[in-house]
Amino acid sequence: MPFITSATAAKEHYDVIVVGSGAGGGQTAYTLTMEGAHVLMLEAGRKYDPATETPMFQTPDLAPLRGDGTTDKPFGFYDATVDGGWQVPGEPYVQTRTDDAGRFDWWRARMLGGRTNHWGRISLRNGPYDFKPYSRDGLGFDWPISYEDMAPYYDKVEMLVGVYGTSEGLENTPNSSPGCLLPPPKPKVSDLLVAARAAKLGIPVIPGHRAVLTQQLDWKTSPAKLHPGNPAAQKLIAEDMQRRAACFWATPCGRGCSIRANYQSTTVHLPPALATGKLDIVTDAMVHEVTIGKDGRATGVSFVDRTTGKQQHATARVVVLAASACESVRILLNSKSPLFPNGLANSSGKVGKYIMDTVGSSLDGQVPLLESLPPHNEDAASGHQMYVPWWLYQHAGKLGFARGYHIEFGGGKGMPGLGTAAELEWLTGGSYGAKFKQDARRYYGSFVGFDGRGEMIPNEHSWCEIDPTVKDKWGIPVLRFHWQWSQHETRQAAHMQKTFADIIEAMGGRVRGRVETDGAKAIAPGGSIIHEVGGAIMGADAKTSVTNKWCQTWDVKNLFLTDGAPFASNADKNPTLTIMANAWRVADQILERMRQKEL
Amino acid sequence: MDRRTSIKWMLAAAASVPSLRNYAFGSEPLASTTTAGLPGASGYGTDPNLVNTYKAGELWPLTFSAKQRNTATVLSDLIIPADEMSPSASAVGVIDFIDEWISAPYKPNQKDRHTVLEGFDWLDRESAKRYSKSFAALDQAQQRAICDDICHAAKAKPTFANAAKFFARYRDLTAGGFYTTPDGRKDLQYVGNTPLKSFDGPPLEVLKKVGLA
Repeated sequence: MPFITSATAAKEHYDVIVVGSGAGGGQTAYTLTMEGAHVLMLEAGRKYDPATETPMFQTPDLAPLRGDGTTDKPFGFYDATVDGGWQVPGEPYVQTRTDDAGRFDWWRARMLGGRTNHWGRISLRNGPYDFKPYSRDGLGFDWPISYEDMAPYYDKVEMLVGVYGTSEGLENTPNSSPGCLLPPPKPKVSDLLVAARAAKLGIPVIPGHRAVLTQQLDWKTSPAKLHPGNPAAQKLIAEDMQRRAACFWATPCGRGCSIRANYQSTTVHLPPALATGKLDIVTDAMVHEVTIGKDGRATGVSFVDRTTGKQQHATARVVVLAASACESVRILLNSKSPLFPNGLANSSGKVGKYIMDTVGSSLDGQVPLLESLPPHNEDAASGHQMYVPWWLYQHAGKLGFARGYHIEFGGGKGMPGLGTAAELEWLTGGSYGAKFKQDARRYYGSFVGFDGRGEMIPNEHSWCEIDPTVKDKWGIPVLRFHWQWSQHETRQAAHMQKTFADIIEAMGGRVRGRVETDGAKAIAPGGSIIHEVGGAIMGADAKTSVTNKWCQTWDVKNLFLTDGAPFASNADKNPTLTIMANAWRVADQILERMRQKEL
Repeated sequence: MDRRTSIKWMLAAAASVPSLRNYAFGSEPLASTTTAGLPGASGYGTDPNLVNTYKAGELWPLTFSAKQRNTATVLSDLIIPADEMSPSASAVGVIDFIDEWISAPYKPNQKDRHTVLEGFDWLDRESAKRYSKSFAALDQAQQRAICDDICHAAKAKPTFANAAKFFARYRDLTAGGFYTTPDGRKDLQYVGNTPLKSFDGPPLEVLKKVGLA
């Protein structure tokens, strides 16, 4: 009985409680259960089954409002996320500023699998520099681990979830070990045109890395590398790998994937973990407190059963928080007790500090060369066939901002939507009638959009705390956010705009709208890229960090964090792959200490 | 439509990269679901059934009166008339879509509701002024004479500035409604949304055309 009720869970005593079921929680539960630990996973949202709930081939005309996004479904009607968004009914949060430059919008997904159900699947490794940023330029913090510590786990995660891409040997853009990556998809014509023209500007364009199966996983050789010395786990995962289909080159990944060709916690981590018989899952379990015994160790967690409104308590030898960076922070700060009056694991005062998102800025171009091309299928891999890794490492210190960004881009004749022929006046001179129909055909597929994704340096002004008065609908105190970019981020956003305009021009294209040279206006508001990390950073010193290098809190020995909260920096590389690799690393450590009876 | 909304639309359209690109577009001000102006109506909520098929009028009451519907039909078909490739906008359900759109209880839709209904009134006032008839009752040359004055916001006379904004928005709604139908997709010769054994990339003739082969 893998999915159980809260009352049943309350009667058990587990080896480990994992709070959250997304990338961090999914990987943690997977690793622990495959190696024999008895795990309870608590998810605040509802149960979700991608096999039956994913709108795979539905067209916009079958959806309300032709599938356009609303406050109920911000990424469009067919987006996989249910009960999620920047606002969740009944679960408020407080912003100290609401202007674009100073606010933090907090995305949550209340469902099994969390944000992994809809994410972009872009899976980039942090490079060696990204773990030691302070040592390189004196800003932010070093991680207490190096790339070499993480590399074996990046290999494992890539083999398990299935990531396409190539190893190009570029600076701070790591190669994967042989056999880890799946072949990249064929690029689209717009990808190839960007690559050819960007190359003339000295900007490299290489195959993207995404968690999509371009072919079946290597179920014959990978399992032994994933679970050495554990034939039972090898057998389980080999079987599950064969149940996942390869991509059939249709339907957007953001809707989820009923054939399990892309990574979602619900398609990759949870099925084999459940098959071990070692995992119990309670959904609709809103955890709000880690409970503490007289010895200062965690005894378990208290949660609200959202289906009954009842308080429940579950116990375990070890508690792992993977509720998403800020939600884990919220649980820690709400776990006040005589032993920990300022919130749990907060003797450093650093819980809630150094929240980071990704620097984002966008620009689109219209490219005459791409007009009126012969019709052909461009659904491809649903995006990110190619990308631009940061290419100016040798210019560090000379750009007016520290660190760098990568560029995601895309074009082509995708499924027509509400915007396909919208806002064409600047090209058509205001046509309507027969001429408009000709114009729509001409311009369809001739746009290429560019998105910069850059590193934010942690600062003292971007943090969160518990609001003294506001509570959610269950009476749980909520977070209050403070946010401020530094010039490193805003100047980077302006640099993105200039670069995008240069590439568009090099393609013979025209910029749509205008190039924003004011970085403070070019940068997307905090939280909008949904790469929220930090808030309980790991470090080498208990006075300045919340956890040690094992993401074990300094103050409570049997309490660990495996979401983005322990990140000491937020490289331009999208954080999810690193969250998973780190979760596997931490879970291995938990297993080791349990075997040694330390936990 | 502000730039973010239009980009969001464009990208929702470019099925190529929805989950990637959309990340930047949560930056719109966060409007809470509002039912202002539409008593009794609510949205589809945060957990609708995604594999159901939905029809206009099913989730919230529609708005158009017979007269408004008539105006909408005439205007949408001026923007997208039938030609050798595809039917007219009204023939494929665009009017139902626009009615659904302006009746939805979300803030951007409420704004469009105002824009569209005011725009229809303006068309009738302008038609009465010029020809002493309602817009729908004019002949096509007369209708086009009015549209020509408001179809290009950048060049419209100051007195037509608001009407031009309405026209631009209405054209976007008409086009959005049209190209999301099976006939609209066929008109654009969209190829896809069908399982493939392999994805082979662009054909040689395409690469030649852009100078990449």
